[in-house]
Amino acid sequence: MSTNTVAMTGNIAVANAMRQINPDVCAAYPITPSTEVMQQFASFVADGEVDTELVAVDSEHSAMSACIGASAAGGRVMTATSANGLALMWEMLYIAAGNRLPIVMTTVNRALSAPINIHCDHSDAMGARDSGWIQLWSENAQEAYDNLIQAVRIAERREVRLPVMVCLDGFIISHSIERMELLDDMQVRNFIGPVKLHYPLLDVDNPVTYGPLDLQDYYMEHKRQQADAMQLAKPVILEVGQEFGKTFGRSYGFFEEYKLKDAELVVVALGSSVGTVKTVVDSLRQQGIAAGVLKLRSFRPFPAKELAAALKSAKAIAVLDRADSFGAYGGPLFSEVRSALFSLEAAPPTVDYIYGLGGRDFGVADVNGVFDDLKMLAKTGKASQEVNYITVRE
Amino acid sequence: MSNKIAEKKKGWRELPIGGMILEAGNSAEYNTGAWRTFLPHINRKECKNCLLCWIYCPDSAIIVKEGKFGHFDMKHCKGCGICAHECPVKAIAMVEAKK
Ligand code: SF4
Ligand code: SF4
Repeated sequence: MSTNTVAMTGNIAVANAMRQINPDVCAAYPITPSTEVMQQFASFVADGEVDTELVAVDSEHSAMSACIGASAAGGRVMTATSANGLALMWEMLYIAAGNRLPIVMTTVNRALSAPINIHCDHSDAMGARDSGWIQLWSENAQEAYDNLIQAVRIAERREVRLPVMVCLDGFIISHSIERMELLDDMQVRNFIGPVKLHYPLLDVDNPVTYGPLDLQDYYMEHKRQQADAMQLAKPVILEVGQEFGKTFGRSYGFFEEYKLKDAELVVVALGSSVGTVKTVVDSLRQQGIAAGVLKLRSFRPFPAKELAAALKSAKAIAVLDRADSFGAYGGPLFSEVRSALFSLEAAPPTVDYIYGLGGRDFGVADVNGVFDDLKMLAKTGKASQEVNYITVRE
Repeated sequence: MSNKIAEKKKGWRELPIGGMILEAGNSAEYNTGAWRTFLPHINRKECKNCLLCWIYCPDSAIIVKEGKFGHFDMKHCKGCGICAHECPVKAIAMVEAKK
């Protein structure tokens, strides 16, 4: 295996993964903080480093529409967006998933307006959690790069055929320069292999219809198939993650367990904040406190059983949500995690912390505060407040 | 009732994914003739065989024979009246279908 250690921002790392994947079509519209992905990729196209047909469109709605057409035609298709761009794609996200098109999209997570804000939170992708897309979340540039390469394999698998969204935190990952490993171009190409065709529209000898009217007598069967495909994606995510590890030295699963095995106080989170939580866990461990982290990678499909099994011996759990679900009982991650834990005989007490909205800093002191609460919760077994807002001025 | 429907139609495991239709030209099997409340009637004495009706018919229900107006395909004619409207010599009349 030949690798190459580089210093790169998350956006440039993602653009390089796209260069190595060499998709047939990319249709995109720039939006902060994902702009650099397509800007750098457009340079690769202009310099002849890829064979991609780059389609410059008038909006994100058109970007996803063009991706849908190109994917149905039989192409390997990628794009990137953020926040309001993702929101403008909304209608087409469901159409991509419902038509079972294996489009791979980078979502550089950013807060949704209003008030207008360009910085990191997860409200964009969390809002799209029911659109039928697989969601893989990244802690850093390396993971965003690795996830994107694996996403191509997962999306195109015959029994899956679903679009995949690779999420990375806006600015924190997208614009920070990190040390990471770029894989060898040929090895990436060998790993993903040629595009897997499934009734491509351009096969004019075998004409098929995409997207016909589907009323009361068939629609529900097609939705049932989508639900099934999400479940079938689970073993594929594991298989591809293990093969990636065997080939390149970094294995991936549904989640990462960091000092979790004997942990009593556990934080469940996703995205870049996990790096900060790990630092705090290390120092707590030095003080003899059994702290640990479960970093979720696959939010869709949600690995409920596996997650519950990994958390069953915790004494107290804090879920970190970088998005709110206004009017719900806690953030989107909390709802899922608590629901998964409910099937345990003795579910550990679990609380939610909504934090870091609109790029609000989330530091070591904030994580220490969460662990202080967990110490109390482990003792008493009951929280006075289950859904909490932190990193906010009272 | 719902059981009866379930018996006849394929379940989710058998259907092509994504609502895809794999057979080309299958709309010929769709009996749009069942939608009719009006029937087109041709007056062959008036007809000039210009075939404008054939061009305009949205269901390809005008069957041409040897370059001339042949007959209506009653399995697919949905009784929309476009042919009657477009005929330059008013050779087609729409007549209410008997219930
Ligand atoms: S449009 Fe009228 S005249 Fe022309 S072919 Fe049809 S019926 Fe005959
Ligand atoms: S009534 Fe409509 S469907 Fe029937 S033959 Fe005329 S144009 Fe075609």
